[in-house]
Order: sequence, then structure tokens, then C-alpha cells
Amino acid sequence: MDIRSQISMVFHLDKCIGCHTCSIACKNIWTDRKGTEYMWWNNVETKPGTGYPTQWENQDKYQGGWKHDGGGLKLKSTGKGKIIANIFHNPHQPTMDDYYEPWTYKYEDLFNAPEGTDQPTARPISMVTGEFIQVEAGPNWDDDLGGSEVYAQNDPNLEGLSEEQKQQLSAIERLVFFYFPRICNHCLNPACVASCPSGALYKRGEDGIVLIDQNRCRGWRSCIAACPYKKTYYNWQTGKSEKCILCFPRLESGQAPACFHSCVGRIRYLGVLLYDADMIDEMASKPENELVDAQRDMIKDPFDPKIIEAARANGIHDSVIKSAQKSPVYKYVKEWGIALPPHAEYRTMPMLFYVPPMLPVMSSFDGETVKTLAEGIFPDFDKARIPMKFLANLLSAGNENHVRYALRKEMAIRHYRRALTVGDIEMDAALKLLTEADCTPEQADAIYDLTSLCTFEDRFVIPPAHREEAIQMTRDPLEHKQSVGFGLREEPKRGA
Amino acid sequence: MNNVALFDYLNLFLYAVLPYVTLVVFFLVSIQRYIGHGFTYTSLSSQFLENKVHFWALVPFHYGILIILGGHLIGFLIPGQLLVWNSSPLRLYVLEITGLIGGVFTMVGLVNIVLRRLTSVKAQMVTTIADWIVLSVLIFQVGTGIYTAVFHSWGSYWFATSMSPYLWSIVTLSPDISFVTPLPYMVKMHILGAFAVIFLFPFTRLVHVLVVPNPYLWRKPQMVRWYYDRKRIRTTEFETPKH
Repeated sequence: MDIRSQISMVFHLDKCIGCHTCSIACKNIWTDRKGTEYMWWNNVETKPGTGYPTQWENQDKYQGGWKHDGGGLKLKSTGKGKIIANIFHNPHQPTMDDYYEPWTYKYEDLFNAPEGTDQPTARPISMVTGEFIQVEAGPNWDDDLGGSEVYAQNDPNLEGLSEEQKQQLSAIERLVFFYFPRICNHCLNPACVASCPSGALYKRGEDGIVLIDQNRCRGWRSCIAACPYKKTYYNWQTGKSEKCILCFPRLESGQAPACFHSCVGRIRYLGVLLYDADMIDEMASKPENELVDAQRDMIKDPFDPKIIEAARANGIHDSVIKSAQKSPVYKYVKEWGIALPPHAEYRTMPMLFYVPPMLPVMSSFDGETVKTLAEGIFPDFDKARIPMKFLANLLSAGNENHVRYALRKEMAIRHYRRALTVGDIEMDAALKLLTEADCTPEQADAIYDLTSLCTFEDRFVIPPAHREEAIQMTRDPLEHKQSVGFGLREEPKRGA
Repeated sequence: MNNVALFDYLNLFLYAVLPYVTLVVFFLVSIQRYIGHGFTYTSLSSQFLENKVHFWALVPFHYGILIILGGHLIGFLIPGQLLVWNSSPLRLYVLEITGLIGGVFTMVGLVNIVLRRLTSVKAQMVTTIADWIVLSVLIFQVGTGIYTAVFHSWGSYWFATSMSPYLWSIVTLSPDISFVTPLPYMVKMHILGAFAVIFLFPFTRLVHVLVVPNPYLWRKPQMVRWYYDRKRIRTTEFETPKH
């Protein structure tokens, strides 16, 4: 047993309003430099949709993540065997066109245009070439199902849905969508780290944050193709790759990451998980429909004396173990089982979990009146407009049982709360639903509290940084800066 | 001083002094740059900005130049075995043709690299003057190399008897220019071009060759860095306060 601590995250999709505040907070702090304009370490996608970069979930195109055949786990893109042949030209690397060409507007024309009969306009100019461009795509071009014939209908998660289901998804007045905010998952079995020929990518031992050492990165770009979530980005100006650093300078001073802190819908939770690193290979090799369970099995009970002992033997500080005991992520993922890892089939063991959305509208408009499909007050989620299979493709490697379990529990809690506060549902019936959903009234209260009434301190349980044990004590912090993925000591311009 | 003596001095400078100047610059600057500006050691890929011509430019160039450099290295390291190999005409032809194909590959790649950088507006944004200098010198070098292969044939044979001893005389600090002075004009150009490439090496993007990622092939897939000694902090001297 090799117990390690991991800062991990839960995003509650039912609460996301798609405002992109998180993306802006991140962009303003980390990616407003030359070469990074196109990067959105945090982005919010509309699902169904093709996302950013477009079709990132299409691994036939990008070859991201791991594959498991008889011989064990292998990278789909450039593992040890393939890197020699592919180092000069990476056949699966996305290019700027797959993201978008960043642009600004020539605002000075609004002021400098000579007097005339026409209103002056600010034309878009490329932030790469400085030339006028025709804007044809952007990082959230398909927001709220915009251009759904190009985007939503080509969502890779539609695989396995019947023709009828697909048509219903785009039928007018039956449209449905939800938001899917994404950051780096800081995986337990990261494909980006395993693919880096230079060994520049690494996982921080003490909290599991995945970083790119800017000094060691040589721009071989393997990580870009290997990350199935496309959350490492190539800085075309410096010739180095960059990625989300989970705002670790903020975490180390007890603040939540910027995207978490700024979240308007309060959908984000952050806390420590203790896991057994010895199990990674075995668990990541399980059959596809067992992957979600396998990942949960790796996460260990922070109250179990044996686990605490193993954690302490591994140098995990008592205060971190205490944090793990209060972790909201542990509750959502392990205790309550309603938060799921995105695309577990990529076998990277992502440490960002999503609570599936109970898509609210389950009725249809028949021309005159709105017809509810439900027998009771709340409709049956199996009749929801978004097919269960779609959510399962996205959040549980195609295994519908996990999504159904989470939604059933959420729904039962709604009934229970309605019985408590409104009273038009019989409490007995509500309790029966709770039991059927594998939930007790105590758990229902706890889920309700942490979902609806959560304070800042409930949502973000950040372990103390322990600077007295940190690298600052042993190494020149300025020297160290560049090796942790940001804070370049040299001008980030292209070397000769 | 007559012209002959002047030429002697020139030859001495070009083939006995210049190689040491370039080698000293190469080692000193490369090491200094690695220690002081390790951040600038990168391949500076522009595949992200232009991916259509990229394959047809970068792949032939790199494979071609690896074949060529490999050939030169063999001639330098094991000239005796090379002569034995060449004792059969068929094997000599195979070697010569392989080398020529490698040279042509390199040249095709270089031409495509130049065209790519001239035609792609985005790629131009990351093209520096240093890039153009490197490309010019490489084209010169590959051009003289191909010329030599075609018009001064059986290079794999005479390299072993003329160039290899000359290079070894440089390495052993007893430069003997009598091996190179009788060589044809174009071959001499090729030798000087090689010094130019080595001289430019530490100042340009060529340094990425020095950081080829060979440890990747035998390291474990996952990398974890601990910023403290995780066993030691549990001993008494690091005993943590109770809270």
C-alpha cells in the first residue's frame, strides 16, 4: 500500500449556468500572454457539442489516452516504440485550426476613421499574424447549441444512441443541453506525463497536481496528442507546452483556485483524497464497464486507522489527513457515489468528478399546452429528453447504471425535500423513494446541505501548504520558479 | 612573402586553427547556454501553426540528415572496416546510393522547409533571422555534399583514407592538414561549411539535437516529484505540532 494525497475536484453540473466566469478568471491570471491567447485552461462547453478543441473526444482523430490490450496499458499516440518515428512530425497533434485563431478588433478605427456617412467599424484582426481575418470559429462557438448542425450533431458522445434519439435531440421544441466546464483533471494515471519524452511533465508528490517543467520541456509536443482531454497546450511563441496548474500558488496560500473562487453558481468543490498508488496499474487495466468502480476502489477511507497509519508512514501530514476527512470530494465521490469521472474509458483516472445534471425540462409542447410526461410531481428521468446513454458515454464509460444511480438519488432527495418543505408529497412515499435510491434521510440532509446551502469553507477544504517542509526551504525559490510550470525567469520569447 | 606562402598560412588557419575555434565555441557556449539559459533549449516546433507542408518538409529532412550524419560518423570512427566493406563493388554501390538518397532527402526537406516558411503567414510569425542563417548554411552544406557525392564519387572510399585521418589528427591535437590541402575545391567548401554549422550550433535552434530524449526509452511512464524527503519528515526532528 502506497497512500498518497491528491487534491481533487467535483463539479455539480446541475448548478452550472454556463456564464464562463471561471474561464475569464483563469484567462486574466494565466493565459493573457503572447502565444497563450488561444489557450483556455478552463473552458465551458455546451453538451451536446463538439467542444474545444473541436471533437476533442474523438480519439480516432487525436489518439489520446491509454489502450488496454493483452500486453497491458499502452499510450494510444506515441509511446516508447512510436516516439522515435514520430518525433519530427506528430501525426495526431491538433493544430491552431482545431482550437481557433485568436483575434482582437482594430478599435482605433472607431476613433481615427475620417468623417463620413458610414458608421466606423472595428474589424477583427488575428492575434497571431496581426492581419484582418474572417472569424469562423471560437472557443465556445457552439454555446447554447449555436450551429448545432455542425457541432451538436457531431458530438462523439452520441455514439450508441438510436437514430430516433438523435433526431429528438435536435428536434425543435425538444432541444436540450447542459453545460460542461472543464479544467485539467490532474489524473492519477496521466497520459501526458507518460508521453513526455523529456520527462518535463510530472505529478507533484504532495498534492498530485500535474505540472510542466518549463526548463525541461523541449517542445516535442507528445503531451498535446496524448492527453485525451486536450488540456495541455502548445505555446507557439515560446515553443513550450503549458497547462492548468490548479492555481497552486493560490492553494499554497489557502485560497481556492481562481476558477473555483469566481464560480457564480457555486458548482465547484475541492478537497483532498487519499488513494493507494500501488493500485493504479491494476485498476486502470480493468474492463471498461468496471472502470468507474475501480477508480472508487482506489480512493481510501481517511477515517480507517490502517489508512491513516499508511498515510503517516508515507510522510503525509496529519493536517492533510484531517483535510481528507472533511473533504467534500470524498463525500460526493465515495460516500454518496453521485459524482462520476469524465470518460473513464480513457484510463487516465481523472481526479475531477461530475455530478450528472437532472435535466429539468422533461415535458413537451404539443402546440397549445405544455404536456408533462410524468405521473407524479417530478418526472421520470428515464423519460428525460437527454438519453441516459449520452450521459453514460460522457461520465461513466458507457455504464448507464452509475448515472442512473446518481440521478435516482438526486431525484429522491428532491421528493424528500418537497415533502419536508411544501408537504404536497407524502413523507412515507418520499422515504420509500429514498430507500430505493440507496439513501438515508441523514444522507439526504447532508447532500442537500452541501449542494444547496454550502459555504465557502464547505466547498473548499484546502490542506495547509506546510511551507516549512516545502521546497522554498531547500532550494532557491527563483531558481525553482520555472520548473513548476509558470513564473518564467526568462522572457517568454522564442529562442534563437 | 609570396603567394604560395600566403596560401600555406591560409590553409593552416582554415584547417588547423578554425576547427579548434569552432569546437571551443561549440562546447563553451553550449554548456554555458544549458546552465544559464536552459529554457531556450527547445525544438521550437511550428507544427501547431502549419501542418500541411510540415510532414513533407520535416520528415525527409530529419531522416535524410540522420542517414548522412550516420554515414559520416561511420567513416570517421571505423575507416578500416569501411574499406573492407567497400572491397566488393556491389556493397560500395549500395553504400554510395544510400548516401546519395539521404542527401537528396535532406535537400528536398530543406527546400520544403524554406517554401513552408515563405508561404505560411503564421509560420513566418515564428521565423527568426537566426532560422534563415541556419537554413542557408544547411542548404550550402547539403548542396556541396550532393555535388561531392555526384562529381567526386566513391566518397565512402576516399573519406576513409583522407578525411578520417584528418579528423583524427584534429581530435588528437596534432592537426595534419596535408590530408585536406590536395582535396578538390568543392570538398574543401564542404569542410568549411561543416565548421560553420558547428560554430552556429550553440547559438541557434540546432541545440535541440543536444537534448534528444533518450532516457525516455527506459524510464518509468509516470513521473512524481517530491519536494521534501517524505520519509524523513516523520522522524522526531520534524515532529509535527498537534492541532
